[in-house]
Amino acid sequence: MTITDGSPRSAMDQPDGTGRFGEFGGRFVPETLVPACQELEAGFADAWADTEWRAELDQVLRDYAGRPSAFTECHRLGGELGLRLLLKREDLNHTGSHKINNVIGQALLAKRMGKTRLVAETGAGQHGVATATAAALLGMECKVYMGAVDVERQALNVFRMRLLGAEVEAVHSGSRTLKDAVNEAMRDWVATVGDTHYCLGSVMGPHPYPFMVRQFHRVIGTEAREQARALLGDDPDVVVACVGGGSNAIGIFSGFVDTRSRLVGVEPAGGAAVTRGIPGVVHGMRSYLMQDEFGQVEEAHSISAGLDYPGVGPEHSYLSSIGRAEYPNVVDAEVIEAFQRLSRTEGIIPALEPAHAIAWVIREAPSMKGQTVLVNMSGRGDKDVGQMMDVLADRL
Amino acid sequence: MSVGADLSSTLRARRDAGRKLLVPYITGGYPGWQDAIRACAANGADAVEIGIPFSDPIMDGPVIQQASQTALDGGATPQSILEEVPRLDVDIPLVVMTYYNVVHHEGSVRFAERLAAAGVTGCILPDLPLEESGEWCEAADAAGVATIMLAAPTAPDDRLPRITARARGFVYSVGLLGVTGERETLAETATTLAGRLKAITDTPVLVGVGVSNAEQAAMAVRVADGVIQGASMVRRLIESGPDEVGRYVAEVREAIDAVS
Repeated sequence: MTITDGSPRSAMDQPDGTGRFGEFGGRFVPETLVPACQELEAGFADAWADTEWRAELDQVLRDYAGRPSAFTECHRLGGELGLRLLLKREDLNHTGSHKINNVIGQALLAKRMGKTRLVAETGAGQHGVATATAAALLGMECKVYMGAVDVERQALNVFRMRLLGAEVEAVHSGSRTLKDAVNEAMRDWVATVGDTHYCLGSVMGPHPYPFMVRQFHRVIGTEAREQARALLGDDPDVVVACVGGGSNAIGIFSGFVDTRSRLVGVEPAGGAAVTRGIPGVVHGMRSYLMQDEFGQVEEAHSISAGLDYPGVGPEHSYLSSIGRAEYPNVVDAEVIEAFQRLSRTEGIIPALEPAHAIAWVIREAPSMKGQTVLVNMSGRGDKDVGQMMDVLADRL
Repeated sequence: MSVGADLSSTLRARRDAGRKLLVPYITGGYPGWQDAIRACAANGADAVEIGIPFSDPIMDGPVIQQASQTALDGGATPQSILEEVPRLDVDIPLVVMTYYNVVHHEGSVRFAERLAAAGVTGCILPDLPLEESGEWCEAADAAGVATIMLAAPTAPDDRLPRITARARGFVYSVGLLGVTGERETLAETATTLAGRLKAITDTPVLVGVGVSNAEQAAMAVRVADGVIQGASMVRRLIESGPDEVGRYVAEVREAIDAVS
């Protein structure tokens, strides 16, 4: 199996020349960054078309990150819910989440383009840890911006990043979460664009990021499609993933967008950009965005630092606008329940982010009796155990 | 009450008369902002840039971020700021600086008309680069609002003429690689880029971002037609109030007048 299969999929083509998926996307960045985005677009196109470079990427994903990731049927929880529940095990990747796919791609690309330093934003810390890991692997300098609130609730990942040799800077502006970490990473990039690559962690930001990051995560969907067909002899009825910016969801959707599978992206109720947002422009892209009546960006509120984001990647806005994918949301209490239930029934402690996808499956199970439901288990819950010890202190 | 002098004609006439141009930036909605603008006008500013605060100002450093947040926390909105503008009663051109979502949210045509009605004759949108600016520029042109384009040190030679061709009022020559804020010295890129722009356009070229005191302003205008000063103005407004802004504008005025 070619890991990074670049074969075209009908409903998920390249964005147009302006970086748009329908009316979403684009490149709304300070003039200083326009040439850098153009160089990145050209550099990515060149690398992606280079079979030797693709072979190197595949080799690192296999020998270092541990791909292909496993495909697990959850017999106990599936039995309780009256459906066949399948997990794509991105939690088993090196560094504990799907984020490594994108980061290895971007770090190899940055090196090829002559950059010596990576900057990144992080919410839960998973993308920051993955970026710090890739920087260590390739001998690059690394600085990670993280909201001060997240530095508190994800202390373990902060220590991991420092252990890996990265500098972590707490961001105290605005809501002091992921949104503000992105602002600060962009400000860094504006000042350091000569030697620095901005290793953006989701399918968001200015063109070519949403497209490029999707291509790096396609491997999830490509593998899952083959694995589902081997196990079920068919595509799953439903494919579910959590959505903050939406990278793990885009990754798995890309394998099924041209099938009959129902695609479901689950947002946190406190960061439901598709449901509660209207089109807006922030962080370089036009997409659904939670904002007030004057166009000020609203703060998201979620138990999950990784989904605590008021916007969403532009391709998700597009998939929603054409009716190909749906974007319901779940509340924190449902997530906490799902976090425990998957742990007890399957021996898999999920990260709080994919616990959103599990929570939706649990809630909607009565309407999916007998169906095959594939969930992208985008990360493992080790990083959340400290936070959940406080939340569940008197319940366990 | 006066409704806005025209930006393009005013700046060009003053530049052609041999005057170096000074455009202070003041965050709208920050306590005392109206008096700060009046103080700028009374002490030799050629135009004033009024910031409409945005929640996510990615081109701004800590000082303007703080002023923006204070203004937003105090309830400032694009509407509340623009309603005040006609009451400022100053006789120099007024320019608005904000981020594109504020415009996008209201719609380009309505926002441009609102600016014009308030007497604002120029607009700077630092996160709206040339390739994305078509719709806004058309609306602004129709409303008589000059769209000031930014040029950055990273631009290759073939990009600059496209930027200057689209610029109205003046060209905003970004002084360094980085966001707004005061620096110890004027970056070498400030005069280099201003020189590249002067060689290809007759539109006034003003250096902004990283022009931090009177001495640096004087250095910049040896090449450029003028300067924009933001963080050094806003810091004085925060620390000492509008009178100190006026005193500082007079100091910079004197320094750049000594150059020409």
